[in-house]
Amino acid sequence: MEQFNNRNVADNGYFMVDIEDYPTDGWGRFKRVIERTFRLELFVGLWVVMREMIKFDIHTISYPEEKMPIGPRYRAVHEMKRLWESDAERCIGCGLCEKICISDCIRMDTKIDEESRKEVTEYTINLGRCIFCGYCAEVCPELAITHGGEYENASDQREHFVDYEYMLTPIDTMKANAQKEFEGFGAITPHEDERVTKTPLSY
Amino acid sequence: MDNAYLIETVIKVVVILLVFSALAGIGTYFERKILAFMQRRLGPMNVGPYGLLQVAADGIKLFTKEDIIPTNVVGPIFKIAPVITAATAFMAAAAIPFLPSFTVFGYEVHPIVADINIGILYVLGVMAIGLFGPLLGGMASANKFALLSAARASAVFISYEVVTGLSVLAPIMMVGSLSLIDFNNYQIENGWILWSQPLAFILFWIAAFAETGRTPFHLVANDHEIVDGFGTEYSGMRWGLFFIGEYANMFFISFVIPIIFLGGFGDGTVLGAFALLGKMAFFFFFFLWTRAAWPDVRPDQLMWLCWKVLMPLAVINVVITGFVMMF
Repeated sequence: MEQFNNRNVADNGYFMVDIEDYPTDGWGRFKRVIERTFRLELFVGLWVVMREMIKFDIHTISYPEEKMPIGPRYRAVHEMKRLWESDAERCIGCGLCEKICISDCIRMDTKIDEESRKEVTEYTINLGRCIFCGYCAEVCPELAITHGGEYENASDQREHFVDYEYMLTPIDTMKANAQKEFEGFGAITPHEDERVTKTPLSY
Repeated sequence: MDNAYLIETVIKVVVILLVFSALAGIGTYFERKILAFMQRRLGPMNVGPYGLLQVAADGIKLFTKEDIIPTNVVGPIFKIAPVITAATAFMAAAAIPFLPSFTVFGYEVHPIVADINIGILYVLGVMAIGLFGPLLGGMASANKFALLSAARASAVFISYEVVTGLSVLAPIMMVGSLSLIDFNNYQIENGWILWSQPLAFILFWIAAFAETGRTPFHLVANDHEIVDGFGTEYSGMRWGLFFIGEYANMFFISFVIPIIFLGGFGDGTVLGAFALLGKMAFFFFFFLWTRAAWPDVRPDQLMWLCWKVLMPLAVINVVITGFVMMF
């Protein structure tokens, strides 16, 4: 990490490329042509591509059959998570995601239910406007709205991806304990326990 | 002219046409694969095993595409131009001995359509007529980029005709004949012409890149304007004919270089035949190899190279050869 933080690039092995002056007279140009012709630089290029062909170090990923692993911070279509304890929705209807959304694409409607708890009645994301900035996932205090890793979004309607029911973890997955916890923006880092300190209450 | 000769000639013509049309297609497959491997890619993989049927898929696409004749083009010339490219490429093949003569059912076959006594002159001349394909196609297209490309292509082709002709003149002086069969027989007795004419060999090889319009002299396409040069307005099989012509030219010039300079098919044994095919394969591979490795040169550099470097060298080579032969 140290080497990346060092901004003093001058003494880091960088050097100015030594470029000769262009020849100005005919004899100089002639000498340059002769030099370039007999230095056989073209064959260096030929050798490089031949070497790569012999090494056969292919970098292509044959995509539909073979896929790259996606990093946890990848921001694809949103997901809504459930609570591990009760399988209930995590969303508490606080509305922070709606407020922070810079492209104004989240709309939610809430009401107070019989137990005087806030309940989400409507929740939609307009994916046509969403720029996948990740602010909603970052601001969510409950880790309820997160980004998923599903980047194959071909469909005849974008709305197919933004049903609340579609985004919510299916109850079967939840019962099978197969809900994947989000590790991207706003999530708790693995060694959070060691870093957490008590909030000083006596200011 | 007896019937057997007539039938033999017709069969040879058909075989050459079919084999080299197919080779042009397979050549594109090899080109894509080799370029891909040199750039750490896989190339076509999905159509058939290892993408082998990609050629067929491309063929179906070319044949079934609509043949668009845009408005404002000069119709008849626009239509005939691709035919000129393909036809001249195949006509050039008439004087090329592809293999040593062999015997089938007691009948001796010479795998050359016509062993004319001006063979090399004919091959180079007909290949040079192929210039009219790009030139007329580009001029008739009513497209300024096509026109620019056509002008540049014809400038390159005409200039490099000089280098081709002068460089091959020295071997012709040594052999004393223009027939490619005589070239082959001369080299059986006297060794490869490459050893006595290395400069002519290199000049001819460089000019071959310009004659076929391949990288590093790929000026027939306007790569820097991101348009496909004289073929911009063409679609479907007309464009395909340009393509077949280009690849057939590459194959034929890959045959001509070893026949003139590298001993040809030798003394007529099977080994010699395979050696010729191997040499041809190397020269074809080299066309693809340079495309992966080298950048294109600027048009003015190309002209500079032709008129100020290659042509004087070719003339000096001819003069020296003449003096050596005289004394």
